[in-house]
Amino acid sequence: MKLSSKDFLGLENVSAEEISYILETAKEMKKTVKSSMKKVNYLQGRSVVTLFYENSTRTRVSFELAAKYMGAQAVNVSVASSSVAKGETLIDTGRTLEAMGTDIVIIRHPQAGAPHLLAKNISASVINAGDGMHEHPTQALLDMMTIMEAFGTLSGLKVVIIGDIYHSRVARSNIIGLTKMGAQVNLFAPSTLLPTGIEKLGAKVFTNIYDAVADCDVVMGLRIQLERQKKCLFPSINEYARFFGINPENIRGAKKNALWMHPGPVNRGVEMTSVIIDADNSVINKQVTNGVAVRMALLYLLTGRE
Amino acid sequence: MRTLIRNGTAIINGRAEKTNILIEEDLVISTKADPEAKADKIIDADGLYVLPGLVDAHCHLRDPGYEYKEDIISGTRSAARGGFTSIACMPNTNPPVDNAAVVRYIIEKSRKEGCVNVFPIGAITKGLEGNELSEMGFMREAGIVAVSDDGKPVMNSDVMKKALIYAGQFGLPVISHCEDLNLTDNGCMNEGLTSTILGLRGIPSVSEDVMVAREILLSQYTGVPVHIAHVSTKISVELIRQAKKRGIKVTAETCPHYFTLTEEACRDYNTNAKMNPPLRSRDDLEAVIEGLKDGTIDIIATDHAPHHFDEKNVEFEKAANGIVGFETALALSYTELVDKGHLSLSQMIDKLTVNPANMLKIDKGKIERGKPADIILVDFDNEYRVDVSKFASKSKNSPFDGFKVKGRVKTTIVGGNIVYEDI
Repeated sequence: MKLSSKDFLGLENVSAEEISYILETAKEMKKTVKSSMKKVNYLQGRSVVTLFYENSTRTRVSFELAAKYMGAQAVNVSVASSSVAKGETLIDTGRTLEAMGTDIVIIRHPQAGAPHLLAKNISASVINAGDGMHEHPTQALLDMMTIMEAFGTLSGLKVVIIGDIYHSRVARSNIIGLTKMGAQVNLFAPSTLLPTGIEKLGAKVFTNIYDAVADCDVVMGLRIQLERQKKCLFPSINEYARFFGINPENIRGAKKNALWMHPGPVNRGVEMTSVIIDADNSVINKQVTNGVAVRMALLYLLTGRE
Repeated sequence: MRTLIRNGTAIINGRAEKTNILIEEDLVISTKADPEAKADKIIDADGLYVLPGLVDAHCHLRDPGYEYKEDIISGTRSAARGGFTSIACMPNTNPPVDNAAVVRYIIEKSRKEGCVNVFPIGAITKGLEGNELSEMGFMREAGIVAVSDDGKPVMNSDVMKKALIYAGQFGLPVISHCEDLNLTDNGCMNEGLTSTILGLRGIPSVSEDVMVAREILLSQYTGVPVHIAHVSTKISVELIRQAKKRGIKVTAETCPHYFTLTEEACRDYNTNAKMNPPLRSRDDLEAVIEGLKDGTIDIIATDHAPHHFDEKNVEFEKAANGIVGFETALALSYTELVDKGHLSLSQMIDKLTVNPANMLKIDKGKIERGKPADIILVDFDNEYRVDVSKFASKSKNSPFDGFKVKGRVKTTIVGGNIVYEDI
């Protein structure tokens, strides 16, 4: 099986079969991540550039390590000190990187659709590492991998996503990916942070956290950006934590063996209490490990297309 | 010099009739000429409609300041190719049209180098900033036909109230770009399922509606007429319909894109479908057509808004708003409204000729004896695909490239001169 596109821009145009295939491949890759000899040569001779227009630790390091574990040359372009700061357009930056022989450009950008614009204008593969409020497809893949490790399947599971759905590319990719794989997705958020029409993507919107969480196999929290209160989206961090934060009391209706997840970085005590973050049910660190594995799988499959 | 247009079809009192028009120099001297009359030039209009040159109440010529997008020469050629013989251009140039000097520049350049009649619209406020009234009196003397801060709303209601009263004294129509910038909140397309899927910040339809409601109330309070630019939402149409019923002096325009496309056109981050107001939902589109049918919407305007390729070939949020409008407006109106049975040909022509002329209070939009010969010949049976590379405009930003449409302008005559011929 081969991936249908040269690029990986979002889960919207990826089939359930392709998702399964990437997740299967990631299982194999995880062995390398877990071993003491972290070196395979699948990407030997390839060059991978991470082009990040937003700050990131885990996603960027995760991609870089994934490329390096497989023997690729991996270079980070730090936008603040690059020619972007001199006013170069995204397309020109992409063409410059391509002219240097880059095989894969991994881009994070504050504006939705930026990876699509880049992909249309260069022949190198483009991977979306998060674009504005649109998608963060590799995050959803690593979340799905983590859930599958626990339950063996995604089909028939109930996953509740709680928090700032409106601004969340993680939520969009997970809603699209999980529903494609046969899971049910419930949503709970302050009503100011729910995007119009989200239920038409196949998710169920709840106005009460207890109903949203009931019988769920997975409880996923989302990061709330603290500066959103200035935009009248919620009145204060305290009030947010009280009514929309995840704590042991309000998720007691979830299944006993439910997984507690968060894409990180977490605001402890805001969207999730520390008791939840550090509990046995929490798989936040597993998510990070699986992040490297799914990104290895993706890099491998994209370079193996030709 | 005498020109005879013979064997064409005119629309007279809503009915198609054979017509023969005789032009001497720049004036129409007969609308019921003898088809065998002697003339220096004879144009055979057999199989073609002979219509008054179209009047556009809303366009952007980008001159002065943004000549890399369009200028008065290319802009008026683009208008002529689309069948527009009189166009009213918005003041958001650089410098903006907020003083008489810029008005005189546009009028003089248009007379010397333009090929259609250009009617400048002045700014409501200095610098289009929404704070202080511009010198409407001086600009009126220099030749503006209306005032507008188009592209931006006048957010301060008190400023708008005073603008209406002051402009009213000079007999200047006030054209309002209705948008509440707080509700727009940096949005870049219509708020709805498509914006959610694309992860783009939405502009809610209510951002337009609240300002339409405000303008109606201010017009009612002051007694001064107001014209609503580029109506795009269902609720706006309904508000205007109710206001007209209550006798408030409100007029309204929409643009071909609002009755042809929906927000879906923004899919795949298509920046050629980015405009302000944004393309809306199917419900809104249907309401706009309903508004055109029952007369709530008086005018079809182009909102011709050329932009350079580099301003559109960028991230969606960064891309400039607007589309090239002149060269597709007539064909889209015919294809979407007349061919689909929503409007009669005569109704459509009124919305593109006499209605905008009446709103702007200019003596245009009719073929009359003794008046300048601004006439177009159109073949409405001609079906073709829009090809942006053929545009006379300097810019090619149109979401309609490749669209199948009906209605081709064959000849455009301004003041007795042929300024465009389809060959």
